[in-house]
Amino acid sequence: MKLSQLNPGEQGTIVSFTDLEMSVKLMEMGCLPGEVVEVERFAPLGDPIAIRVAGYQLCLRKSEASVIIIQ
Amino acid sequence: MADIRIALVGNPNTGKSTLFNLLTGLNQKIGNFPGITVDKKTGFSKLPNQQIAEIIDLPGTYSLYPKSKDESIVFQVLADQNNPSHPDMVVLVADATNLRRNLLLCSQVADLGLPMLLVLNMTDMAQKEGIQIDADKLAERLGIQVVAISARKNEGLEKLKTAIANTSKVCTQVANIDVNVFAPEAIKAIKAKINTTNDYYALQVLHQHEHLTFFTTKEQEEIEEIEKGNDFESSKVQGAETIARYRYLSTILKDVVVDTGAAKKFKVTDKLDSILTNRFWGFFIFIAILFFIFNAIFSWSAYPMELIETSFIWLTDMGHAHLPDGVLTNLLLDGVLAGLGGIVIFIPQIAILFALISILEDTGYMARVTFMMDKIMRKFGLSGKSVVPMIGGIACAVPSIMSARNIESWKDRIITIMVTPLVSCSARLPVYTLLISLVVPNKMVFGFLSLQGLTLMAMYVISIVAAILVALVMKFIIKAKEKSYFIMELPVYRMPRWKNVVFTMYEKSKTFVLEAGKVIIAISIVLWVLASYGPGKRFENIEQKYTTIESTSTDSVQLASLERDKAAEKLENSYAGILGQTIEPAIKPLGFDWKIGIALITSFAAREAFVGTMSTIYSVDSGDEDTATIRNKMRDAKNPETGLPIFTFATSLSLMLFYAFAMQCMSTVAVVYRETKSWKWPMIQLVYMTAMAYVASLIAYQFLK
Repeated sequence: MKLSQLNPGEQGTIVSFTDLEMSVKLMEMGCLPGEVVEVERFAPLGDPIAIRVAGYQLCLRKSEASVIIIQ
Repeated sequence: MADIRIALVGNPNTGKSTLFNLLTGLNQKIGNFPGITVDKKTGFSKLPNQQIAEIIDLPGTYSLYPKSKDESIVFQVLADQNNPSHPDMVVLVADATNLRRNLLLCSQVADLGLPMLLVLNMTDMAQKEGIQIDADKLAERLGIQVVAISARKNEGLEKLKTAIANTSKVCTQVANIDVNVFAPEAIKAIKAKINTTNDYYALQVLHQHEHLTFFTTKEQEEIEEIEKGNDFESSKVQGAETIARYRYLSTILKDVVVDTGAAKKFKVTDKLDSILTNRFWGFFIFIAILFFIFNAIFSWSAYPMELIETSFIWLTDMGHAHLPDGVLTNLLLDGVLAGLGGIVIFIPQIAILFALISILEDTGYMARVTFMMDKIMRKFGLSGKSVVPMIGGIACAVPSIMSARNIESWKDRIITIMVTPLVSCSARLPVYTLLISLVVPNKMVFGFLSLQGLTLMAMYVISIVAAILVALVMKFIIKAKEKSYFIMELPVYRMPRWKNVVFTMYEKSKTFVLEAGKVIIAISIVLWVLASYGPGKRFENIEQKYTTIESTSTDSVQLASLERDKAAEKLENSYAGILGQTIEPAIKPLGFDWKIGIALITSFAAREAFVGTMSTIYSVDSGDEDTATIRNKMRDAKNPETGLPIFTFATSLSLMLFYAFAMQCMSTVAVVYRETKSWKWPMIQLVYMTAMAYVASLIAYQFLK
């Protein structure tokens, strides 16, 4: 399942990434495999989304969230 | 002059700049890193051992692998020993509330082999959130000094200074991960090639050499060879390194950080976010804040601006009264001082705008604005981060274009730079207000909305719509170099640090006056010369003609207006006048005569020159020069051929549209050149904006006349 498919309040554990280049940036920001992510809220227009990971809030576009495979 | 050079390195939002301000006080300056247009903030601090430390504040970054222009400077400075800013020591500033992510950068910097120490900032907030950090254990495991401080509360500063003084000149950090495993052969080859013993430096060179300016073309080719020969895959290796570092950090932080209040941490921020980024209220509040900023810029600045204006008038009058008459006095008062007044008058507006913007940034609200606006902006080829420069454009395009640096994607950044000058800046304001008061009746609509105010707002709306539409066009023309992305931290809400707000206000106003001031004064002097001298013997002939009239005429009316007539005829025959007449055929279809033509030419340097130029030119036809305001003079101005007023509704509207769209700002041209490092973009901007202005004015005038 992709992170972009979650609704606000739902959470999952990062398993892997489908885009190598994007994964490097995400991992630097603390989105590592094994880390629990929770979708906090959507922007007023439904995109981007705000997530909580590794103890802080991160926002990213839905297209970027879709490269994160979660469980 | 300094005994030791120290670089402050850290993630964004760690309070690094606050710490920098605390360490250096007002004893700092902003310069440039050579060859790169990234602000370099340096300052000096006295250590307990009486040594003077030069402190450099490097841009905030999450890792040594840069994502934006600003961030690339960090590795350049830390890695290149010949870089003039290369530090003797690194102070790594980490956010104690989010230690693990902050230590990623710390472990990378440690591997570069510079003496360093770690600062745990925001320890007061960490404590409030129930996070306990065992600094001694951490220091022992990392092999460097760890100092817990709170820059916000001004706690631990002396402790930090002592620690800096006590840092050994040799590296003490414990080796962390073995980077050799990622690309053993390639690292070995690079080490031999560039003559270094540092494995991690060699690995970084493999990743980043394209962006490093200190290698020669030959070296670059050789590094490229090594990269190809060893099948070096940058992204893959980078990913592996990041995972290895985080794994290592987990063992380092075991039993060091005890977090008992993770849930409590976001309570306030969550509540605020549920209102401020609410589906309905979110935009409503944002628009309300924008209105507040608008209102503040205009109403709070009214009094200081009036004060500045009167002081300059007083200064000019005093100068004319007490200085000996002559060319130099005229140049000083009507050229330099007039030009200076034109800049200084905008300080209140710029200071207010920057104070408000820095409050929005400091509290964390600006990050939410980019979060909310990203989807809309993306449709037009921009990014959520373009909102900040575009809002700033209401005050002045120059600093706003500079603030576009933190947009990572090259295409998003270029488009933002290209359209920001279309947003109506404060220099257009005097042009609008003058022309609006001339042709729009001072009436109320629906009993409470001023028609003049509505027209003014319409001009701003038109400018923003134009900026967005141009962005849309550019989205299809400009080819992207890389994928645009939007991964950004949303910091927790905090109270603004008022000291920082005042500091930003002071710093930005100073930069504006110095940067824009140089250009405006230079142009004012050139214009003064152009308007005061004419080719050949024209001026002498005019002098002679008027001397004859003076001595022979008995007509008292003619005598009374003699000086003004002479000035008018001189202006008409000056170089500026001739220029105006030369371009008259081109601007006639827009409803402008040669006098407005002069104003257009003078406005190229800076739009605010319009009002001054107009007041000189139209001092002619009015009855009494001393009491008539510029507005009345312009209202009374008649076309000598037809006898009809020059400033009709059609002409004024056409003129306003011209000022709204035309690129009439040398400082902006200069800053776009500086930011894009090529003449291509400023030239495209100049051409497209001027063409747009011409067409808009042409259509408006031809339809309304």
